[in-house]
Amino acid sequence: MKELLEGSQAIAKIVKLCKPGVISAYPITPQTHIVEELAQMKADGQLNAEFINVESEHSAASVVLGAVATGVRAFTASSSQGLIYMSEVLFNIAGMRLPVVLTCANRALSAPISIWNDHQDSISLRDTGWIQFYPESIQEAVDFHLIAYRLGEDKTVMLPVMICIDGYILTHGIEVVDMPTQEEVDKFLPIYQPPYKLDVDNPLTLGHLADPEYYMETRYAIQETHKEVIKLIPSVIQEFSKIFGRSYNGLIEEYRTKDAERVIVAMGSVCGTIKEVVDELRTKGKKVGLLKILCYRPFPTGEIYEALKNVSRVAVVDRALSLGSFAPLATEIKATFFNKKKKPKVISSFIVGLGGRDITKNSIKEIFRLLTTKERSLEFIDLKPELLKESYG
Amino acid sequence: MFGPLISKPGTSKKNKTGSWRTGLKPKFLQKNCIACKMCLLLCPEGCISGEEKNTFICDYDYCKGCGICAAVCPKQDIEMVKEE
Repeated sequence: MKELLEGSQAIAKIVKLCKPGVISAYPITPQTHIVEELAQMKADGQLNAEFINVESEHSAASVVLGAVATGVRAFTASSSQGLIYMSEVLFNIAGMRLPVVLTCANRALSAPISIWNDHQDSISLRDTGWIQFYPESIQEAVDFHLIAYRLGEDKTVMLPVMICIDGYILTHGIEVVDMPTQEEVDKFLPIYQPPYKLDVDNPLTLGHLADPEYYMETRYAIQETHKEVIKLIPSVIQEFSKIFGRSYNGLIEEYRTKDAERVIVAMGSVCGTIKEVVDELRTKGKKVGLLKILCYRPFPTGEIYEALKNVSRVAVVDRALSLGSFAPLATEIKATFFNKKKKPKVISSFIVGLGGRDITKNSIKEIFRLLTTKERSLEFIDLKPELLKESYG
Repeated sequence: MFGPLISKPGTSKKNKTGSWRTGLKPKFLQKNCIACKMCLLLCPEGCISGEEKNTFICDYDYCKGCGICAAVCPKQDIEMVKEE
């Protein structure tokens, strides 16, 4: 049924429909509304789950780790400092192969404190082993929570999934969302039946010491599983669209790229703004397009290669930065084309919208304008040079 | 794909850690033993057994040769000897 919902409300609703047994979270802006809504549902007797209040994000992550280890579906959500505080446990969740689903309401990292949106928090956790999706809209965010549980709990996968949604823009934005019914969700998402779990009658140890004889194989196995996930996503999406009527590529989205000469590569809600600019420029006869990366981990290099191999100029838009080096997404797009015969003549890298600086249509137009034959290794858009000085005082 | 992810319990019994011993091992002389059980109680491996006087032995599959048993024996009835 179509409903007018705030993003956080819509996510709380879909999480409820996924029937988690345990929810544990610590409130942090801009994630708060999601868990507040779930706590309200629990208090009103509408949600049949244990809601475990904790004193920190480290504990919240530990609780969902333990819950999934006992064979229960679990959910948590965080942002920024909270997510980074969870990070030790997040590596463990992936290493123990426990399919937790986490909503990250993307927010900048301190210092200075910023409660506003960029991608630095979840991008900094790209090496944890978690699957990461960056939806563009609230509808996509809702749908990918369903897909996340289904995909992560697949017996060949058994990996946690992080749904990274832009703080405020998607968490506090209001959109018409097609919410599925419980029957539809139950059809797509069966009861979680783990291939292994903590059980007093059949004791086992998870996350134990692995000496140098064993450790490397555990990491290799996760790496190989990520490759399998790329192949599995299309079939999961196919089943999804049979039941819910919406379809996605699941890995990337090509928007007017077929004959495009200049293409922007981006992730998350900014893709909506870019699509508007692409449409505008197209009416003026400019051959421009957008490549949206929906699935960042595993990184779909094959699909990206096919989508961009005939494009002459590519601009990669990052909302995070590896300080002292390059922009994360740009680095990986460039790596995709290293030593390839067919490749763009120019792959330029742009940083936009750090700490919630507005990314307007003009920001996107500026990127297209700067996407010339001269490759730009790292260019900040909408920077205010008047705030910078060479020495303090 | 999965790596070595999960252990069944009981590895402390399965793994014969006596191979970690370096040089010395306890020898139970069984001459002046008074069955005070100090050696059995203080053995960090729990690998000493015995009930009556002069019946105490240790399981060399697990003994790491720490020498606590020899040090606490009030009758000096356990001595640390070179590994053959």
